[in-house]
Amino acid sequence: MRTAIVDDVIDVESLLAEVERDSNGATVLFMGTVRDQNNGRPVTGIEYACYGPMAARELSSICTETAERFATLDIVVEHRVGHLAVGEASVAIAVAHARRGSAYEASRYIIEQIKRRLPIWKREEYTDGTREWVDPTAVAVVGPES
Amino acid sequence: MTVTALLFASYADVLQRESIEIALPNGATVRDVVAHVRAMPGGDILPPSPLVAVNQEYARPDAVLASGDEIAIIPPVAGG
Repeated sequence: MRTAIVDDVIDVESLLAEVERDSNGATVLFMGTVRDQNNGRPVTGIEYACYGPMAARELSSICTETAERFATLDIVVEHRVGHLAVGEASVAIAVAHARRGSAYEASRYIIEQIKRRLPIWKREEYTDGTREWVDPTAVAVVGPES
Repeated sequence: MTVTALLFASYADVLQRESIEIALPNGATVRDVVAHVRAMPGGDILPPSPLVAVNQEYARPDAVLASGDEIAIIPPVAGG
């Protein structure tokens, strides 16, 4: 089991290699990537900021909980911070387990806990040169005309 | 006693600083730190009960503080 907050490109192949074990029958890889629009606004990139020491600690706690809940230690998670371009991975979660059901559920549990608890923020950059911190608790206003 | 409040992202931008030293009476709580920051210019960007961590662990508004504590006032998180 390993977790890290990183400021460079995530090497997905190395994450997969780390969770490899002969007793595992399923490996799930989840990647979160920067998409080119949000709520109808064209996005050119995202800057991720974090409360470093707490983010590292909280990510480690999430994975310890996941290991206990789903009975596998073959979990590697990296979350990237800094400036990311469209298409780049902000987070990668590799989980391997004897059974696919638990591998899927553990992966889903980790990303949902990250969304809820990890002290990380993102500032989207738009094609018109403006940028804004994203507030996931704000209600998205996307009408039929936007 | 003195504690340090940490600000991030939109909160740091609006209040134009990333940390604030705050002098408080003994027995002060997380709620007192939030009230202090909310009373500053731009402080109304904080909701009345924002997410707060004390020394890197999420804490309740009535958590009692000790001198030297680091109180992070956490905007809505957006990881992933």
